[in-house]
Amino acid sequence: MCLAIPGQIVEAREIDGLRVGVVRFGGVTRQACLDFVPEAQCGDYVIVHVGFAISRVDAAEAERTYRLLEEMGALEDGG
Amino acid sequence: MKYLDEYRDPALARRLVAEIRRSATRPWVLMEICGGQTHTLVKYGIEELVGPRVELVHGPGCPVCVTPLGIIDQAIAIASNPKVIFVSFGDMLRVPGSRSDLFQVKAAGGDVRIAYSPMDAVSLARENPQRAVVFFAVGFETTAPANATAVWQAKREGLQNFSMLASHVLVPPAIRLLLESGSNRVQGFIAPGHVCTVMGYREYEELAARYRMPFVVGGFEPLDLLEAILMLVRQLEEGRAQVENQYGRSVNRDGNKAARRRMMEVFAVTDRNWRGIGPIAGSGLCLRPEYAAFDAGRIFGVEAIAAPEPPECISALVLKGLKKPVDCPVFGTRCTPGAPLGAPMVSSEGACAAYYRYRRHTVLAGG
Repeated sequence: MCLAIPGQIVEAREIDGLRVGVVRFGGVTRQACLDFVPEAQCGDYVIVHVGFAISRVDAAEAERTYRLLEEMGALEDGG
Repeated sequence: MKYLDEYRDPALARRLVAEIRRSATRPWVLMEICGGQTHTLVKYGIEELVGPRVELVHGPGCPVCVTPLGIIDQAIAIASNPKVIFVSFGDMLRVPGSRSDLFQVKAAGGDVRIAYSPMDAVSLARENPQRAVVFFAVGFETTAPANATAVWQAKREGLQNFSMLASHVLVPPAIRLLLESGSNRVQGFIAPGHVCTVMGYREYEELAARYRMPFVVGGFEPLDLLEAILMLVRQLEEGRAQVENQYGRSVNRDGNKAARRRMMEVFAVTDRNWRGIGPIAGSGLCLRPEYAAFDAGRIFGVEAIAAPEPPECISALVLKGLKKPVDCPVFGTRCTPGAPLGAPMVSSEGACAAYYRYRRHTVLAGG
């Protein structure tokens, strides 16, 4: 029910007074409301739930988490 | 897909599993709240991998599962009205009411439609001015801002044929109930990442301090959940009870202020009954008086419909983490996703349904 997936904004405009974007998830694009992520621009990744972007993916944080995990892997390999 | 596939890397998952097993020197019981996380944990067999010292129990975090029987009966009554287009998330259609479900209403000719977004219902109201369009608004804090926007937009456009049957639930009051129950076994929580994306995690800091309980805000992919489990085990082994954020790529401490503002403009906090658990004070959202004209319960006069729950199902104990789905005598036999007796067997995110889908062969064979 709280399923939300990351996608990339490829287009943003106003429709019926709401900020609406076209968001690409892998090979599929869907419309999503961008009202809650006023800072998000074309090219940004957003987390989308029931047709609403609820956050802009923090690229640095995403990188940090993954790098941490990789470093752990590297340490293991070395030891 | 970017930001998904890299969090499913099997080699890194093995490292994390090894680290969890090495870090846990004593038995620890951890609970994930969110049904989406339950689904990932069971699907990837994570609960077996991280054992034997770390035990995962599954919380009440599936809004489909905890929507009270009386509300389902109200939805069925409204959807059966020939003037109505009844719009719902797909998960809700199979949820059994006292005597029927929304799929049966549809099969009998009711105009019941599945929506991807609550805004689909607003579009339907715009396109069908002669019909009453009712949206079934369920969900946790994650979904509430989206559902709120549907009503907010309908009001702005003056769509008088749009209304909402709202039955939202809030996570922290349910956690508080679990922690205050004398039978609580849970020693650490994975906090729900998408609820916290909207709400932030200040509420969880209060819970952590008050109950000396560690929380880690977790994401939804296998590596997210394994890292969250490792962070919880480290807190427990070191005697800490803090809120840590594993899911920083989506969650910050204050959450999404724009989403929360919209949610609280439209909804107010109310007491709510949870299916399988009972009434929890301040655990739900209902439409504010300014939006009373959009309250489907009032418009269709179904507010008084209530229903007792069937006694045979142990879902209350499953939802509180006191029993596993497989402890139930009717699991996979008299109770299946095709013919569910209890709420956790209904939605794919319910603990019983997740066990049925991924583990029934080993479980039912006695493995």
